[in-house]
Amino acid sequence: MSGISTSRRRGSAPFDAFGSIGGVALFLLRILRQCGPALRAPRHIVAQIYNAGARSLVIVMLCGLFVGMVLGLQGYDLLARFGSESALGVAAALGLIKELGPVVTALLFAGRAGTSLTSEIGLMRATDQLTAMEMMAVDPVRRVVAPRFIGGVIAVPLLTAIFDVVGLLGAHLVGVGLMGVESGSFWSQMQSAVEMDDINEGLIKSVCFGVACSLMAVYQGYHTVPTASGVGLATTRTVVVSAVLTLILDYMLTAAFL
Amino acid sequence: MNGGLGTIDAAPLIEVSNLTYAIDGRTIFDGLNLRAERGRITAIMGPSGTGKTTLLRLLMGAIRPLSGSVRIFGEDVTRMSRAQLYAMRTRVGMLFQNGALLTDLNVFENVAFPLREHASLPEAVLQRLVLMKLQAVGLRGAAAMMPSSLSGGMARRVALARAIVMDPEVLVYDEPFVGLDPISMGVTLRLIQTLNASLGITSVVVSHDVHEINAIAHQSYLLSEGRVAASGSPEELRVAALPVVTQFMNGLADGPVPFHYPAPDYRQQLLGAPPGAAIGAGQT
Repeated sequence: MSGISTSRRRGSAPFDAFGSIGGVALFLLRILRQCGPALRAPRHIVAQIYNAGARSLVIVMLCGLFVGMVLGLQGYDLLARFGSESALGVAAALGLIKELGPVVTALLFAGRAGTSLTSEIGLMRATDQLTAMEMMAVDPVRRVVAPRFIGGVIAVPLLTAIFDVVGLLGAHLVGVGLMGVESGSFWSQMQSAVEMDDINEGLIKSVCFGVACSLMAVYQGYHTVPTASGVGLATTRTVVVSAVLTLILDYMLTAAFL
Repeated sequence: MNGGLGTIDAAPLIEVSNLTYAIDGRTIFDGLNLRAERGRITAIMGPSGTGKTTLLRLLMGAIRPLSGSVRIFGEDVTRMSRAQLYAMRTRVGMLFQNGALLTDLNVFENVAFPLREHASLPEAVLQRLVLMKLQAVGLRGAAAMMPSSLSGGMARRVALARAIVMDPEVLVYDEPFVGLDPISMGVTLRLIQTLNASLGITSVVVSHDVHEINAIAHQSYLLSEGRVAASGSPEELRVAALPVVTQFMNGLADGPVPFHYPAPDYRQQLLGAPPGAAIGAGQT
């Protein structure tokens, strides 16, 4: 069966990537082996942090603001039923830091930067640029894949931190500015209740999601069927598999931290 | 040698022996034998779909054959590890059919790419080397341009500058004349000839542009049905009486290489079967 027909069949099942977990694991090992050499050229990694991270800032901040505002409204409504409106700061902070920040940022990263990585590498495959590198005795995994992978893994936790901060400002804006929660209790209760373990949990989650989403993006791009439809399918698969993987990992990590 | 017309005495730099390769159950090469001598231009010709580009990929170790050997510099490419392959490729340049320039780098950086990756040269030396190679292909003035603003012929010449920037001993060209206007084609022909004559680069040119490639080749091979149908000097091929050679060299539409792809009976397909029913069968 040809590569194209195979990809068509596989593309109809969004979860087909789980059938090639071994291939993904081997590819991850290959990337990890090339991370050392790739780190010796930091300018490529900085460029990728800019591409994947800085260029996702606007969408991450915008979504963080509105997620925080919704959290402020819903949190106030729930807490008001128990007369605990002053705990809105704690609820918003824990919700954002431990759960919503890492998950929503990872989903946004997969949709914005992940698809961009996949299509970029996929087009390089389709136009023989990766093959040309191999023929020039340059390993494309070291030169193209590893910097993008490392850039993504660094960018996701940074974006998550920004998402959390903007989200808290959004919750404060709605909770304090609109619903009348006292600003002092909003911040002081948050300060006393949020512990370093909570922040570490969010940080570890965001790193794991960063690894998963970046790996999926570069894997799908590198293994793109070199046709127009192949690149399209690969980008679709990146979003679908990254989203599913993020939510599965989130459950597993949350269970592990409890 | 299959169907060989000429005699070769010099020691080959590239030697393909009993090469067999198949993909998706379709045999591409079946006992292929050929060789390229040091310092000469060897042309590999054949109709579209005969596996010329596949042969180049086999020569470069990008894919592995089912059996047989491919020797470059006396070493069997089919048995090389990735590290050995990369070491071999630093001595061999390759020109892709579409140029395969890196689209996020400008012309200068594309040519500088192999040097930056493999040689720790001072920036001033690197700049001089790159400018010299660009001057050789006539594109020093285009150093700052991006690949997207180059014409097909210019892109091919930039790719050629990149292929020679490491001063390779062997250059392999994949259809270097495809899609070029007569001027660009003439420029490319002269460049291949000049590089071969002045630098002593061994050249392997895959092409189906019979007249152009025969004008510069020292030795030609004509591939057909997975084997060498004929080989020899361009002159020997021109006078060869083999039907496949006559058809190819004279551009005849029908002959040993049929005009029609295998299909079910035409009349039956047009009149007998419901629309679309036999189309799939014809493609099996």
